[in-house]
This record gives sequence, C-alpha cells and structure tokens, in this order.
Amino acid sequence: MSEQTYEPKIVGFLCNWCSYAGADLAGAARLKYPPNIKIIRVPCSGRVSPELVIRTFREGADGVMVLGCHIGDCHYATGNHRTARRMPVLRALLEFTGIESERLLVKWVSSSEGELFAQTVREFTEKLRQMPPLGLRMTSSK
Amino acid sequence: MMDAGRHPNITLLTYSEVESVSGYVGNFVVRIRKRARSVKEDLCTGCGTCEENCPRRVVDTVYEAGLGYRTAIYRPFAQAVPAIPVIDRENCLYFTKGKCRICEKVCPTHAIDYTQEDTILEVEVGNIILATGFDPFDARRIPQFGYGRFPNVFTSLELERMLSGAGPTGGKVVLRDGKTVPQRVAIIHCVGSRDKNYREYCSRVCCMYSLKLAHLIHHKTHAEVYNFYIDIRAPGKMYEEFYHRVLDEGIHFVRGKVAQVTDAARGPEEEGRLVVQFEDTLTGLQRRMPVDMVVLAIGLEPRHDSREVARLFGISTDADGWFKEKHPKLDPVATMTDGVFVAGCAQGPKDIPDSVAQGAAAAARVLSLIGQGEVEVEAATAVVDELMCVGCGQCIQACPYSAIEYLEDRRIAHVIEALCKGCGTCVGACPSKAISLRHFTDQQLIWEMRGAIYGMQVQHAEHRGN
Repeated sequence: MSEQTYEPKIVGFLCNWCSYAGADLAGAARLKYPPNIKIIRVPCSGRVSPELVIRTFREGADGVMVLGCHIGDCHYATGNHRTARRMPVLRALLEFTGIESERLLVKWVSSSEGELFAQTVREFTEKLRQMPPLGLRMTSSK
Repeated sequence: MMDAGRHPNITLLTYSEVESVSGYVGNFVVRIRKRARSVKEDLCTGCGTCEENCPRRVVDTVYEAGLGYRTAIYRPFAQAVPAIPVIDRENCLYFTKGKCRICEKVCPTHAIDYTQEDTILEVEVGNIILATGFDPFDARRIPQFGYGRFPNVFTSLELERMLSGAGPTGGKVVLRDGKTVPQRVAIIHCVGSRDKNYREYCSRVCCMYSLKLAHLIHHKTHAEVYNFYIDIRAPGKMYEEFYHRVLDEGIHFVRGKVAQVTDAARGPEEEGRLVVQFEDTLTGLQRRMPVDMVVLAIGLEPRHDSREVARLFGISTDADGWFKEKHPKLDPVATMTDGVFVAGCAQGPKDIPDSVAQGAAAAARVLSLIGQGEVEVEAATAVVDELMCVGCGQCIQACPYSAIEYLEDRRIAHVIEALCKGCGTCVGACPSKAISLRHFTDQQLIWEMRGAIYGMQVQHAEHRGN
C-alpha cells in the first residue's frame, strides 16, 4: 500500500452526553472533518474498558479515540474520573505490546465544542497518516 | 417561615447536620446530628428573657455583617423560626469560665440545660430537597478594592444592615466612625462576578440590589450616588421600570470596571477621601473620583462545603460547585439521583421570585412522586453475572452512585437497579467481565466496532478504486 492511498481507520468511543452531542453539533454546524472516523456511542467514557480498546486495535483500527465530558462535568458525576485514571495505564500497556501509545487519544469534549471535536478528528487523522498502518487484522475482509 | 414552623406535617430541625444518607428513592434513611443547643425545645417559649439578660456581647458577623452585637445565648435574628435560642458555647461565660448561669436563673420555664449533648436521629424519608443556599463572596479576595484595609469600603450586606430600621445604626447611613453622613457614595458592581480571576458567572441579584441600595442611600442621605457597572441586568417583572425610576432620581451610572480604590490623594479635593480609579467606557476616559464611601456589590458563591454535601447525597456539582440539576432547561429541579431535588441558590445564583418558584416546583415534584406511589427506573442498568463474579469489589469502588452492594453471604456483587443510572463505569472496571450493561454489552459494542471498521475498509477501497 503506497503512502498516498493509506487512509487511517479510526474508531471513536464517544460519551452520550458530552462528546456525542459535540459530534452532533459538528455535523449540524456543517463543520468539515475527515471521514476516517466511525463513532460508537457509549453511555459514559467510563464504559470503555481497556479490553475494548485493545480489541478495537486487533480488529483493524489504526487509531482509537475515547472522548468524554470535561472533568467535573460528567453526567454520571465521576465516570470520567475512571477513564482519566484507566487510560494512562492502558497506554503503558499498549507501548509494551508494541502499539504506539499515540494511537489512543483520550480527550474531553463537551456538547458545545463541535469545533473542538472536528479539530480533534482532523489532527488525529493527520497524525495517523504520518504513521504506518497498524494492520493488526489478519484476515482481510476485502 | 412561620407557616412552616407551625404546620403539623412539617418537622423543622434547625441547628442540625446530615451525617449520612443511605437507601434510594422512597427508602432513604438519613442520619441527622442534632446539635446541642443547651436549650430544651419543648420547654422554651421563645420569650427572649435570656437574651435580654445575657452579659456576654459577641460581634455578630453573620446577621449583622460585623456591624452589631449579639449575646452568647441568641437567636440568629428576631424573626427566626423556631424562636428558640442557642447557647454559643465558644463565647458563653459559663462554658468558657465556669461562672454566670444567668440565663438559667432568669428563664421562666427552666428550659436551659447546660448538660445537653448532640443527639443522633435516624429518619426514613422518601424524597429529599436540598436548599442549602449560597455563600456571599468574600470581598477581601480582591485587594485592589481595599475592603478590610480602608474603613469606609463596605460590602452590600453591611449597607443592607445599616439601612434596616432595626439594624445596628438604626437605619442611618454613616461612615465607619458611626456619625459622618457620606456626601458621595460609589457602588461597585460585579465584585467577584463576571470576572475571569474570580467567578466567571453573573450572580444575577447584584444589579437589582445595587439599584435598591442606590435608591435608599440617595433617599436617606441625599448623597451623590455613582454606580460603576459592566452592564445593568434588570431582567424581571418591573425590574427595568425600577432601573428607569432610579435613573430619573438623579443617580449616576458610569459604565466601566473600577481598577482600584485608593487613599493616595493627587490633589486637595482628594485629600482624606477614598479615590475610585476607573475607565468610563462610554467616553473612553481614564478618570478618578473622590468619594466618602465605597459599597462593593458582592456576588454569590456556592457554599464552601457544597461538594461534600453533594457527595453525601449522591449528586454532582458543576465546575463552580453549584448543585447540578438533571437538565438545565427541561429538568431544573431534579438531580441525577432519583428522589433528590434541589431548590434555590444551591443550584445556581437566583433572586427571591426564582428561588420561591423553584422551591414550589421541587415540592410539587416530590408530591407527584408520593401521589404516584411508584417510580420509573432506568432501562439500561448494569447486571452481574453471578457465576462469573469473584467478589473483588472493583465495581463497587467504581460506581458513582453507590448502586452496587456486596452480598456477604454469597461473596458477589449485586446491582441495586433503583439506583443504577447505566453509566457502565463498573463494566470498564470489572477484571473478570462479570458485569455488563444492558443495551451496551461487550458483544454489542464489539459488533458495532467491527461493522464500523469493515465499513471504513469498504469505503476506503471504493475511494482507491475511483
């Protein structure tokens, strides 16, 4: 696969209350961001277990985004506190297994920050484009 | 307040603190520490003889804003409900020096009891309304306004007490020396509010009370009153009309923030007075104005312990510390914890009509729950696979709602469905994959994720094909 044709595949786990609404706002405001992301709605970023992230890489994603509410604004009071503590540990584990930890992006995006969401996707896609494809999925579906 | 005090179905517990709350909507058990007020409530008639005879005088920093005195046995203010006094043990002569006992001697009903101790009450309630109010902004935190440094810089609360006929000055507006009537008064708006260095929000009440203070000061002293404001926010029934009335009275309004209040005079007219340095944004000029009195319109802050209180009742606060409502527009009274409601300034700064409306709304919400007799619960709750659970307790620690209990006999975790809000934080924490969230199970998310990745592969392949 040549560098020109490589398009990274990103799976985003977005919390229902802040980031998912933020992505919705980005769409409603017709903001442009690359189509390299597919969004999966979760009730809270705290729902995203480390296993799920690893599983997503294994299934062929080049990058994973976990977006939640800003600290202190969590719809479930302290769900995102868990995310904030869990993800750095996962990052260390990713490095250990040979997956660059930059491929996991954890960020807080509120429901009013559509532009921040679009910008985050733009930057993350651009960063992944600079990196080789991860290609962990053994059997190609094509 | 009197109505609430007299109502047969209302039990007022003043001078009490909630120690712990357990249970859930319909079944709360609340542990309350009823603090020892050293006065027997069943005997006291509220005659006030003890207050009249108490020899100890203490500066009243709460109700009189530090301008007046109260006794060591006191009621917070004259109309307090219930009208039962409390002995302030830190200042009472008997408690500090072991002598006095005058209140015991003069009490006609023998209601004084120095040996009283804190008692713990446990009450079962179905719903809880939190209306814990606010803290006034401490003007000392803005040093350039000189509160606490210059005697004639006052807070709005101090002025409020001065203007009261029953207040420490008997309704006279005077400088800190207690006799000089000010000739020129500056009211500085938005002290602590709408300020990135302190509180970014608008406290909502300061504009209107500043207008009222300006009106009353002008009325009582005929002083020139200058309001230094950012914007006048008078959004309410008859509020804008009042603003115009105050404008017509000849009260001055200067649009611009005050940089500092100083006593460093630059000319003879500034000698011995306070000087307000400000920018008049309507003329674009930097100016100085000598005044006799400065009034700081302090804003509203969340109670200093609002986060602890929120934790106690299982609700959340926003970034500032106000109690968080379920939805800012569609559900401004309920919280994320069923059966716990908020009212008044504890939820955010608001004026009296709004507080009353929210209080009534909270009461109505509680009544509707009582009338219904049953509650709706979240559909997407967590559920424990009892065969997989090893009882490690990770989920119990992770749960923001304390909705997971540990079954001692079976050594497994169990989700209380009435409390679970379905955030799934426990699922992310479970090391043995024993807990799952309905409608957001691992299986569902994995297939969704697979579909997403496959979809992108196809999409990119098509793109390359073109």
